[in-house]
This record gives sequence, C-alpha cells and structure tokens, in this order.
Amino acid sequence: MNRWIEKQRHLIDFTASSLARRKGKSLGLLVVYTLLVFVLASVSLYTHALRNEATRVLAGTPEVVLQRLIAGRHDLIPPGYIEKIGRVRGVQKIEGRLWGYYYDSVLKANYTFMVPSDRRIAEGEIVVGPALERSRGLAEGNGISFRAYSGELHTFIVSEVLAHESELVNADLVLMSEADFRRFFAYPDGHYTDIALWVANPQEVRNVGLKLINALPDSRPILREEVLRTYASIFDWREGMMLALLSAAILAFGIFAWEKAAGLSAEEKREIGILKAIGWETGDVIAMKFWEGFLVSLLAFLLGYVAAYVHVFHFEFALFAPVLQGWAVLYPSFALTPKIDGLQVATLFVFSVLPYTAATLVPIWRAATTDPDTVMRS
Amino acid sequence: MSRPSDRVLAFTLFAAALFAATFVDAGIRRDAHEPALQRTERLVEDLRLSDLVLFTEARYTRHLSQADLHSAFQDHPVALEHFPSGSLLPPPALLLDRHEPLDREAAPSD
Repeated sequence: MNRWIEKQRHLIDFTASSLARRKGKSLGLLVVYTLLVFVLASVSLYTHALRNEATRVLAGTPEVVLQRLIAGRHDLIPPGYIEKIGRVRGVQKIEGRLWGYYYDSVLKANYTFMVPSDRRIAEGEIVVGPALERSRGLAEGNGISFRAYSGELHTFIVSEVLAHESELVNADLVLMSEADFRRFFAYPDGHYTDIALWVANPQEVRNVGLKLINALPDSRPILREEVLRTYASIFDWREGMMLALLSAAILAFGIFAWEKAAGLSAEEKREIGILKAIGWETGDVIAMKFWEGFLVSLLAFLLGYVAAYVHVFHFEFALFAPVLQGWAVLYPSFALTPKIDGLQVATLFVFSVLPYTAATLVPIWRAATTDPDTVMRS
Repeated sequence: MSRPSDRVLAFTLFAAALFAATFVDAGIRRDAHEPALQRTERLVEDLRLSDLVLFTEARYTRHLSQADLHSAFQDHPVALEHFPSGSLLPPPALLLDRHEPLDREAAPSD
C-alpha cells in the first residue's frame, strides 16, 4: 500500500511540475473552470434555498382563499356571501380579507394595502413593511400621504415598521385599520376582497373546494397546496432560465476544455514518447494524466463551490440578484437560510469533475499505447 | 514540504476543508435563522398572507397564486402581457392545469 501511495505521490510530483511549467495555461484553465462551477453552484444553491424558504414560510397560508369572478375578472365579495359558505359542511373558520394595491407614482411600484386580522391599528395610523421604510425613508412616527383613487390626499402616521427578517413576505405591506381602508379605497360596506377559510379535516380540503364551486358557481377557490405548488415550480423555472442564459457559456467552456483535454499538443506527445522511451509503463502515463485532470477539476469544483456558497449566503447573491429582480423597485433584500441539498452538490461534483477527467484520459490512452518511436516522430 | 505533490495535496486539502466548512457554516446559520423563520411563518399565518414579495410591478406577479387567467391581459381586450417580471415567472400551474388543456382541445370555429 505504502509503495502504491509513494508511486502516486511521485506521479503527482511530476504532474505538478509539468503544470507549473505551463503556468499561464494551467492557471487560465483553473480560473475559467472555477468561474463556471461558481456560477452553476450559485444558481443552484440560491434557487434551492429560496424554494425551501418559500415552502416553509407559506405552509401557514389560509387553507383555501375564495375569490369571486365576474366575466373572468376578480370582483368584490358581496354581503351575504360569507353566510352562504358557512353552510358548506367541513368549513371550520371563515374570514373576509380586505386588501388591495396602491400604485406609488414616486417609486413607480405597487404597495399591498391590507387590513390585518390579528391586530388592531388605530385610525390614521399605518404599519409599513421594511422596503417602504428603506425606499421612502419612513420611520416610526413619520407621516406619509397617499393620494386615493378619488383624488383626495390621505395622511397616515407610521406606528410601526415590520421586521426586516421577514422581508420575503412583508416588504411592500401597508397595514391599516378597516375604517381607513374602506375610506381610502371607497370600499362599499360589507364587501370584502376575498375570503380566507380553514377546513376542519385536512383530507377534506379538495372536497370542500368542489362543494364551494357547486354552491357558489361564480367563485374560484385557491387551495394552499396549489399556492405551494406554484412557488415550487416558479423556482424551477427561474433556475432553468438562468441555466438557459448560461448555456452558451457552458458550451464555450465545454469546447475549451475538450480542446485542452482531448487534443494533445505536439509537445505533450513528445513528452509521452520520451517517458515511454525511458521506461514508463502505459499505466503510469495514464495515471499521471489522470492526476492532472482530476486535480485541476477537483480544485476548480472545491474553489468554485466555496466561492458560490459565500456569494449566495454571505453576500446575498449580489452578482445575479439584478437579473432576478427585474424592474421591481421594492424587491426585498433578504438573507436566505442556507439549505444545501447533498444530491445537488453531488450532481454538480459528478458533472464538473468526471467529464474533464475522462476527456483527458482518452487521447492519452491512445498516445500511450502506441510505440514511443512513432509517437515522437509523428 | 518541498515536494510539489505535498504542496498540491496540502492545497487540495485546504480547499476540501473550506468545502466542509460550508456545511458547518450552513448548520450554524440555519440555527441562527430559525427563530426569524418561525416569526415569518407566524406573520404569514397571522396576516393571512398567500404570496412572496418577489416582484411588485404587476399584480399578477406580486400575488402570483391569486392571479386569475385574465389578470395578465387586463389592460384592454386582446392585450399582450408586457411586464418584464412576466418573463421570469411562469403562469402558475393551477391556471395551466385547468385552462390550458381546455384551450388546446377546443377546436377553432370556422
């Protein structure tokens, strides 16, 4: 065993010196390779963490949200609607939700105005999300005016700013009292935006949804499971979009690596010929080249992955975030909880280390099995 | 430490140690984030929230799960969806599940 290890170490010695002789080329390859792994690992770590966070956080959304549609468009829930739902068996709790959008022409962004059901907010006061605090420079005790759709200006005092740690869900919220909400949007009394309801038996949610459609044909129930599925799939889509954009770079690297690994230069061929002439066996030559390919790709994988981890979880995905933010002004700045999928890392390892190592071996095997004299002369 | 192989192996080991450190760091940060995540979960439950704040520019991308089939084309009849975030977010599966097959199966009238 010791003899074997000693032999491999000598081979690595040789490989390292030969790489050091071609310093510029080897370093260039390592840098490009590391960058590619970095980009791929960044995208997959980010989307995986975001998908996990979304699933975890949204597990507490209402079991069913019921909307009313008129001519295919969302409409207000009229008085009497909630009572009708109360008669559907299996429904445990019903609540009318009051929420809407407000377009802020200063920031060119939409806020979500909402009446909270868990807290009382005094009239004339609002609770704002952290993105508003940041982009409009608001703080507790500050006043802010919004122009209602009727044209009047309404002034509110900020009584509280919601926690930064929950920006993923509360960034653009403006919470206000029911009276203020109805006055601001001229919302008719007794009407609601939609209805949140909870079902006694979780197995029955789908049945309750069907019963609701039968009892109220103009309604559209949205189940929690559909919300979760929506968010699980959008991150797959985003990951796919990023990878599609990167595919040109991946392809370019593939060609570069193939060229580097598969096409032996005349100098390398001569080197193999000399090695064989001075007594190296075919196995030794292949092992030496294996170490070259393996060490370069392993190092690129390790360095690229570590850099991606630091980028995603310590620097909030700063390099690619603009791509994902689009034009959304109030895009939240949130720190993701690191959630690493072992399988994902293993896949990345296999796809970054194995192909390159394999690509270096094939031409070497071909050159190493031919007669040294022919190799040197060719 | 003068042999090239020692240097190469030492550097590879160092990189591997950094790799292992990311898992340790992830564990530490996960524990540190846990209370905040729980508070966020509670906020979602208390405020009856249904969506993540990913994009605020259009209502169908702000409340993706609440968007109906027509919300992206609401500006005028036969309007085209034009918000940039629309290209980053696919229509939710629940809309496609119900409407897309119907749309595909329906034969155009002559």
